[in-house]
Amino acid sequence: MTRLRSIFWRVVALAIVAAGAYATWVRFAHGLGGSTHLSDRSPWGLWIGFDVLCGVGLAAGGFTITTAVYILHMERLRPIVRPTVLTAFLGYMLVTAGLLFDLGRPWNIWRAMVWWNPHSVMFEVAWCVMLYTMVLSLEFSPMVFERLKWHRATRLVKAAVVPLVGLGFLLSTLHQSSLGSLYLILPTKVYPLWYSPVLPVLFWLSAVAIGLAMVIFESGLSARAFGRALEFDLLQGISKVMALFLGVFLAARFLDLAWRGALGYAFRFSGRGSYEAGMFWLETVLLALPVLLVAMPRVRLDPERLFACAAMAVGGFLVNRLNVATTALDASSGGRYFPSWMEVAVTMSLVVIGMTAFRLAVQYLPVFQDAPHEAEALRKPEELSQTSGVCEVSVRS
Amino acid sequence: MHAMLLDNTKCVGCCACMMACREKNGLPETDNTELTASQFTIVKQARGRDGGDVNYRRLCMHCEDPTCASVCPVGAMHKTAAGPVLYDPDICLGCRYCVQACPFSVPKYEWNALVPRVRKCNFCADRLAQGKINACAEACQYGATVAGDRDALLKEARARLAARPDQYIQKIYGEHDAGGTSVLMLSSIPFSQMGLPENLSEPLPLLTFRVLSKIPPLVGVGAVMLTGLGWLTARKQAVARAEGGSK
Repeated sequence: MTRLRSIFWRVVALAIVAAGAYATWVRFAHGLGGSTHLSDRSPWGLWIGFDVLCGVGLAAGGFTITTAVYILHMERLRPIVRPTVLTAFLGYMLVTAGLLFDLGRPWNIWRAMVWWNPHSVMFEVAWCVMLYTMVLSLEFSPMVFERLKWHRATRLVKAAVVPLVGLGFLLSTLHQSSLGSLYLILPTKVYPLWYSPVLPVLFWLSAVAIGLAMVIFESGLSARAFGRALEFDLLQGISKVMALFLGVFLAARFLDLAWRGALGYAFRFSGRGSYEAGMFWLETVLLALPVLLVAMPRVRLDPERLFACAAMAVGGFLVNRLNVATTALDASSGGRYFPSWMEVAVTMSLVVIGMTAFRLAVQYLPVFQDAPHEAEALRKPEELSQTSGVCEVSVRS
Repeated sequence: MHAMLLDNTKCVGCCACMMACREKNGLPETDNTELTASQFTIVKQARGRDGGDVNYRRLCMHCEDPTCASVCPVGAMHKTAAGPVLYDPDICLGCRYCVQACPFSVPKYEWNALVPRVRKCNFCADRLAQGKINACAEACQYGATVAGDRDALLKEARARLAARPDQYIQKIYGEHDAGGTSVLMLSSIPFSQMGLPENLSEPLPLLTFRVLSKIPPLVGVGAVMLTGLGWLTARKQAVARAEGGSK
């Protein structure tokens, strides 16, 4: 049965990648017009909305968990560092790949390094993403160096890890919030339910929450796929912090709507604005339910239910970001953007490639355990004895 | 600074401006009724106060503080001292932030090109450099599009508003809107009917610059806080360990 299921998923993955490969050919042989539903009315679509706005947010665990461990010294979380750094690293590689599809002149991407326009939010995002991807590569590199037994290289990176993590926190805070700032300059175009002067704050809050939700979600996935999960005690601790940030996000969201007098738009259930109101409530319910559910020990202490909560939060987050990127701009553009099958195929292919890369990394690199020699290099003996138990991955009941 | 004054009470809808623009820029004939990547100006109709048609033009407004130039990550758009807002395709990444951000929805993209460009009116920058006026203004026989120095045109616009006050909405669009534009407009109908946003009291680039300018201090404060927190938590744990050991 499990064998059949694994064959089924492989066939699905292959079909998606094949469709993505065809779409890639069309994209670069016939241009954006021949492959996407983008137009002058909707110049940004799924590749910006999902691949960039969602992708960067989903990878936010990379900076929150490393900061918690290396700056705030929460040693308990150490076993999570490697899987989240791996996720973030792969996530940012995919964001960059998605961008190469979306840019009209991708071969000019390097020019942002030379031609500066510090007034542009896009310029700031480009620099932060580029620098943070370098930071992530360095944070990820010990997993490769250990495998290759390049102990000197491992030690070198380890020596620099604390400033690297600090730099990663600052760069992430900047570009996670700036993804929201991108829309500040569109006051006449973004629908009032989503336009807000505090968009950068909202984007940062939701990114922190969803980076943590992804830790839980992925742990659940890898438990299913290859029987490797993180210690459940840790996960439910993380779920509380996730719920806290989601709660603050929702509170800020509603306070902001009320403050701007835009709350009324949420209750237009018929006629114009009903589509926007519906999408607003979809994201709000998907983000609010996990907060309420995680508060109940009955839910939080059950791995399956906790997994469902994290999945729901991730879903709500995706709807929220896609709403900002597409729904919020439909009304002013006078059209309704919906991606072409080729846009969807490319995006899904990137996700499949990311999951495959994660699987391969887990299989061939020391992701779910710290090799003893590097642990010695980094930790004091008493800490070693504390954490060596949790490094043995698999749900401890 | 060079500017143009458009007056829809004088426009008869002959479209000579469109034809002149097409010829000047080598653009193909099209029956599209919107601005496109191959149509830099358009004459459109709206319903007037007396029920008749009002003809009005749309084209790049050539803002004094252009949103398109502000959002471009590589600065492929820039406002020239002479007035035109110009685009350099060679450094453009094709991110289309300018298409997205322009409050007047002017820049258009060559969606089907393999080496696509952003296209829009260039205010006949080459003609201005030769001391000529804009091709569209030269073509207009009715005084609906006139070109000249911005201050002189503002004076002219005020004179027109005063001479026939009942014919006009008492406002010069672009005098202050979006921080001021090089294309000024007079109208007999509300400007919103022509698709122009009426609540742009300040240049839009301020909206993002206010946030961006907070970044350097934010980074400083963040770095200090991280260092402090790192030291504090390490110290707390060391103290806890020492106390645990002495018991």
